[in-house]
Amino acid sequence: MLEIRNLHASVDGNEILKGINLTINKGEVHAIMGPNGSGKSTLAKVLAGHPSYEVTGGEVLYYGKNLLDMSPDERAREGVFMAFQYPVEVPGVSNAQFLRLAYNEKQKHLGQEELDPLEFKDLLKEKAALVEMDASFMTRSVNEGFSGGEKKRNEILQMAVLDPKLSVLDETDSGLDIDALRIVAGGVNKLHDPEKAVIVVTHYQRLLNYIVPDFVHVLSAGRIVKEGGKELALELEERGYDWLKNGANKHTAAPVAS
Amino acid sequence: MVTELANEKSAYSSALRDLMKVSGEPSWLRELRGSSFDQFERVGFPGVEQEEWKYTNVALIKRTNFTPVVNSNGTALSKRNGLAPFIYDETRDSTFVFVNGIFRDDLSSCNGLSGVVALDLNDALQISEYERVIRASLERNADGDNNGFELLNTALFAGGLFVKIPRGVNLSTPIQLQFVSEPVKGESPAAAFPRVLIVGEENSAATIIESYRATAEGVYLTNAIVDIVLDEGARFQHYKVQRESAGASHIATTRADLGPKASYDTTTINFGAALSRHDIHVTMDHEGASCSVDGLYMVEGSQHTDTHSVIDHRQPHCTSRQLYKGILDGKSRAVFNGKVFVRHGAQQTDAQQTNKNLLLSSEAQIDTKPQLEIYADDVKCTHGAAVGQLEPDELFYLESRGINPALAKNMLTYGFAGEVIEKIQIESIRRELDEAVLNRLHSDLTIDV
Repeated sequence: MLEIRNLHASVDGNEILKGINLTINKGEVHAIMGPNGSGKSTLAKVLAGHPSYEVTGGEVLYYGKNLLDMSPDERAREGVFMAFQYPVEVPGVSNAQFLRLAYNEKQKHLGQEELDPLEFKDLLKEKAALVEMDASFMTRSVNEGFSGGEKKRNEILQMAVLDPKLSVLDETDSGLDIDALRIVAGGVNKLHDPEKAVIVVTHYQRLLNYIVPDFVHVLSAGRIVKEGGKELALELEERGYDWLKNGANKHTAAPVAS
Repeated sequence: MVTELANEKSAYSSALRDLMKVSGEPSWLRELRGSSFDQFERVGFPGVEQEEWKYTNVALIKRTNFTPVVNSNGTALSKRNGLAPFIYDETRDSTFVFVNGIFRDDLSSCNGLSGVVALDLNDALQISEYERVIRASLERNADGDNNGFELLNTALFAGGLFVKIPRGVNLSTPIQLQFVSEPVKGESPAAAFPRVLIVGEENSAATIIESYRATAEGVYLTNAIVDIVLDEGARFQHYKVQRESAGASHIATTRADLGPKASYDTTTINFGAALSRHDIHVTMDHEGASCSVDGLYMVEGSQHTDTHSVIDHRQPHCTSRQLYKGILDGKSRAVFNGKVFVRHGAQQTDAQQTNKNLLLSSEAQIDTKPQLEIYADDVKCTHGAAVGQLEPDELFYLESRGINPALAKNMLTYGFAGEVIEKIQIESIRRELDEAVLNRLHSDLTIDV
């Protein structure tokens, strides 16, 4: 599904990603971990097409197509989704309006049926149940006045509505209490199926108790310095990141993403 | 230049001569017309050397050979034909129609209004009770430092409207004043001089929608004055929606005088015209009055819009709120000049003023000047202005959900305007604005939920 080859990217002239290689197949859940400043959020944003990040080398193939050639909205319509670490407030536009618009843009792109407000309401109701969101959130402006946890749940609601093939969760656990974490993770798990893939970007292991990864990749200073299975996350929880920073043996203990 | 000036004067002065021939106008009004015109000839149209007109150049109006419309003429419009798109659902039976500034009883629909006095100004002047009120209003305003446009309107208005909401009447149906511009066959561009006086007696309540549209694209001048006088405890809402043709010049003055404990809430929407200028002047010369003076201007291309607002706190215990938002695209230009005066002795004044602008293009330009002058010492006043652009992070957020960049831009622009739009209590106006703001870039869009 996704093939990242020797990816380099910089922001404001500073190189953040220094040669990332990663292959993701459908059905897989990958965790990207690493200390602050290691480049893990940059990787997520580059995949989504954030304009502040400049790709300076390498390539990313998505179903064999050059992902980096596509605009952010094209990527989304093609099935790439990023849940934001800091979701943006859009005052004056209701959550339901926003979601229906986004949904229909995608349907149009795929040559599938668009939904009118009433039909969409039913779909929304069903999806909102996945993240235990109240109907009152649908008429409120997108993310405006939402608590941190509500914003993250709203991200997963958007994911549920847009039904992406590749989901990138950027620090979705940050700022979540344990109940919200369980709801958010539960939503992600319910949405997962063998045709889809998920990339979970996180600093901490705790989210991975709920969204269990098949593979864990550790980033440090813009490179993947260690890869393993879900046990690696536990090891990191115990030992921290310092022991990896000086380029320890990349492959230990666990299988490597093929 | 000399010839142009002579033409300009002759068209306006021959219009004045025509008006003077109309029988039945009281002598004081003839005198007022004459003296206003003399004064206009002395001061002329305002120039950019005047502080109040520094950023708005009306040279084109000065140069254009307009034909003032002072008589009701033939119109292609009828109640069933051509007017419907301009009339709001809420005012189907409560609309007063003006064509090129002249009130048209035959095109108006006021079955839905009972207990309201609404008369052609000329007819109202025949009734001594109303004549007194009209005279007081016209002569009072003639004392002020009127600019050339206001003087010209007072000299040349014809077929205006007098509206009175009697004591204690609480009007649930909004009143629409629909000003339609229609090209006059075989004439140079028309100049219309709409004039309306609205009186709200003690404890009356009403909503006024003042709307400007054209039947066809073209060059013309609207030079309007609407005066509103509210007695004690009157509560009025006033919407002004300016969607003139893209070639038009729209110059308008709104003056509201508030009685004790009167409240006046107004929202002005400026979308149309090549050049528009709105002077809004709210005077609170009695205790306990309150007003909110909001607005939204949205311009693109080479449009120019100018708002000059004066909120005058002359007595204690008055409250004012002002929120003006501007959206500028292309090479458009906007001016916001908002003065809040707190006169000597106007203690316990509570005034807030905000002007926020969104620039969608690097070539658009805004000159904003909130101005607070306080001569009392026990007051609560704030003011501020801001100019910004769309946040790239916000655009990216919407785009990352599959929304194309043009639509994403519109949605954020809509969000910016929302603060003004959502306060509007007439649903049809809100819908009209939703549509206008969201479809600004004419992207294919339906988003009602």
